[in-house]
Amino acid sequence: MPSSLNEPGIAARPGGEYSRPPSSRPPLEYVRFRPLHRALHACMIVSFITLALTGLSLKFSYTGWASRLSHLLGGFQTAGFIHRTAAILMFSAFAVHLWDLLRIKRLEHRSIRDMLFGPDTLMLNRQDFREFIGTMKWFVGAGPRPSYGRWTYWEKFDYFAVFWGITVIGATGLALWFPILFTRLLPGSFINVATIIHSDEALLATGFIFTIHFFNTHLRPEKFPMDTTVFTGHMPLAELKRDKPREYHELVEKGELHKHLAEPHPAIVVKTVRVFAWIALAMGFSIVVWIIYAMVFAYR
Amino acid sequence: MTTKHGNQTVSIFVDGKRFANSVHAAVSCTGCHADLEGKDIPHPPPGKVVCGTCHSQEQTQHEHSLHGRALARGDPLAPRCVSCHGNHDIVPVKDARSPVSPLKVPFLCGKCHQEGTPVQLTRNIPQHDIITNYSESIHGEGLLKKGLTVAPNCATCHTAHNILPHTDPKSSIARKNIAATCTRCHSQIEVVHRKIIRGELWEKEANVLPACVDCHQPHKIRKVYYAQGMADADCLRCHSDEKLKSFDGRLMAVHATELAGSRHAKIACSQCHSQVNASHLRPCETISKKVDCTSCHADQGQQYQHSVHGQLFARSDRNAPTCSDCHGTHHVLGKADPKSASFPTNVPTLCGGCHREGEKAAVRYKGPQHDIISHYSESIHGKGLLKSGLTVTATCTSCHTAHRELPASDPESTVNARNVPSTCGVCHHGIEEQFVQSVHSAQVTNTGNALPVCSDCHTAHTIERADQDRFKLEIMNRCGHCHAAIAETYFDTYHGKVSRLGYTNTAKCFDCHGAHDIRKVTDPQSHLSRANVVATCGRCHSGATRRFAGYLTHATHHDPRKYPFLFWTFWGMTTLLVGTFFFGGVHTLLWLPRALELRRELRAQEAAERAGRSEDEREDSSGDKH
Repeated sequence: MPSSLNEPGIAARPGGEYSRPPSSRPPLEYVRFRPLHRALHACMIVSFITLALTGLSLKFSYTGWASRLSHLLGGFQTAGFIHRTAAILMFSAFAVHLWDLLRIKRLEHRSIRDMLFGPDTLMLNRQDFREFIGTMKWFVGAGPRPSYGRWTYWEKFDYFAVFWGITVIGATGLALWFPILFTRLLPGSFINVATIIHSDEALLATGFIFTIHFFNTHLRPEKFPMDTTVFTGHMPLAELKRDKPREYHELVEKGELHKHLAEPHPAIVVKTVRVFAWIALAMGFSIVVWIIYAMVFAYR
Repeated sequence: MTTKHGNQTVSIFVDGKRFANSVHAAVSCTGCHADLEGKDIPHPPPGKVVCGTCHSQEQTQHEHSLHGRALARGDPLAPRCVSCHGNHDIVPVKDARSPVSPLKVPFLCGKCHQEGTPVQLTRNIPQHDIITNYSESIHGEGLLKKGLTVAPNCATCHTAHNILPHTDPKSSIARKNIAATCTRCHSQIEVVHRKIIRGELWEKEANVLPACVDCHQPHKIRKVYYAQGMADADCLRCHSDEKLKSFDGRLMAVHATELAGSRHAKIACSQCHSQVNASHLRPCETISKKVDCTSCHADQGQQYQHSVHGQLFARSDRNAPTCSDCHGTHHVLGKADPKSASFPTNVPTLCGGCHREGEKAAVRYKGPQHDIISHYSESIHGKGLLKSGLTVTATCTSCHTAHRELPASDPESTVNARNVPSTCGVCHHGIEEQFVQSVHSAQVTNTGNALPVCSDCHTAHTIERADQDRFKLEIMNRCGHCHAAIAETYFDTYHGKVSRLGYTNTAKCFDCHGAHDIRKVTDPQSHLSRANVVATCGRCHSGATRRFAGYLTHATHHDPRKYPFLFWTFWGMTTLLVGTFFFGGVHTLLWLPRALELRRELRAQEAAERAGRSEDEREDSSGDKH
């Protein structure tokens, strides 16, 4: 499989023909994410890290770290305000994504059914199950690396984890935000339950994103030190062929690959993106260290 | 032999023997009963005998005296010659049988002038308990107990026949004359009275200078301001010498100015140094004991003896403080004097002399209170006293008392747990009223366990303002000291977590339960009673409802029996968390070796391409040259 990846400097020409580009021009790159998706992901990063920092400072109030952070943020009331502001940002990103899904459905699909169960769907399907089995075999050395398509099963899992997280943490968060409103219908002790769910689900989300998602997507050794595809939206064509061979071949077969190619971003954009990504990554890892410290060494 | 006097039958027998022994033995019957001269027996009743026929001077004096004038007014209580002297059996004054002999005079006068007699009850006599006081006075004691017939009796000062009120300028006890009267016996008194009177000025200007009775009250002569016949000048003759030293080398100089500015400015040396003997050349050589302040300050002395200080003193402990350690000696000042060591703002320094960390009392002390002086100075009381200069602020003695300090373990101590609320309540009365009604009061809660008192929450010496953040946060630990489980569960809630971050702007124990007025939640007056709980929540959460108030402020997810739904929610979430991490972690770990393998292949490939490309470039550049 990696044997076919021996054409790094190659960009596609219309009709799927390959030729060496003029040496004066950099190779075209595959556009994996549209600008809206990049923007939403960036919003998710900002709001998520903000929510994690402000929220965990309350959850781990018994650590000196939490107290220092809380004071740094301007006190628990300010931290709370920041937390809720970040929540609004995240809710907004979520809402925009839902609107975008409807738009995509209208523009690209005939029906919801087509969208959910057609090719390149984000829903888990039989193909994902097969790829999961294939991956397990590959992991243990009992088979080749599966020929992944546009969305691998772990990417789909991450996507739905966010759906689940926003729903669960968001709903309980709203209950904690407006307890008097919520207790008009629900008993007062629901606020206690909401606290536990909000807190533990947040711990799951932060822990998962800052370790497993980071590894799966950004820090895999073959992409080390950083996969910036989700920030730039672009990935080298060679990487597409290597990582998502099925998607690549399908595009080539359909003769649509050229529709998905673009000039690389200017160096300054790439650099900025990297700085942003590294800051986010560093903060995420710091939070993980803090969580481990709080849960393992300072737990009360 | 009798006769009728109105309805009464009276004896008119005359004892010839007694008459023969009387001073009038040589006088014939008609010498006195002149109206019977030449009358036959049975003679008519005799008229009043006029003693003045012979005793004209006494008669005249009596007529002008208080008694005589009363007699002239027809006062039935007024005494006549016979009232004091008798009639047929009059013996010489020096005869012990005489009713006017010195030893009998107080009894004679007392017949009319003691409490309960018609004279004392119905006549205007400004003195009271005259005979009782006299008999206890130095004069009375001399006469009645020691039999000194030269000791003054009533008549010595008041005269025998010329008795006049002290308002009469001719009276022997008139203010102008009293000195002359007293000096009839105390002829050299001015020699030892130099402090108040100066020689002859005394007699000459008696109206401006104090009279004897100003200091030595009539009839109570023992209770004088001057116990001894000593003048300060006698002491200062030696003690004004700056270099005067005792045998053991102590400086014995006394500064007259120091004394003059002291609370005891009007107290003579000899009143404190009471063992002096005026008849000695060195009056002080008879002194064998230290000054005993309790002879005047009896109450304080009694309190001191009871105090731990006094107990140490009784055991001859060398660390025991005595009166002078706190109050000084000759320069003793009242506690209202800002310069006094016992003035409120000076008290912490005074007590600190021994009780500051490292000092002798602090070293002996084995209890839990340390750095008390520095702690006190930083406390709300100390700041109030020392920084704000509020003299009404509690200082050491406000709680520990000035003279009756006892260790807190003593049930009688003002700082014993049992008494602390009332001690604090002296100033914080309103709080005490709330506290005694609260669940922490022994009057409300019957328990074998120790109940908290003021100092358990507020501390003894580090009391802070209750509106300071540090106090508000610390108080939760105080509550948690006894209410451990409930405090722990509180810290599991939002309120507790915010508090633990160090913020006070959230519900803490006292915000919901009250501070001094904590009551059982079943008490309708509790802040958390069914009737009040919604309003209590509403103090922070405007619009709070009863259902909202159902929030579990002490919930824990660790108690499956009390809060099963929280317990299972927590474990459900934890299972989800652990499960997700398990699968994610295993997936990642299995992936890792494959990913590393891929990386190695990729790097090798890249290296090969770079080699190929540089070959191409070389070819290209060589082609250009041609």
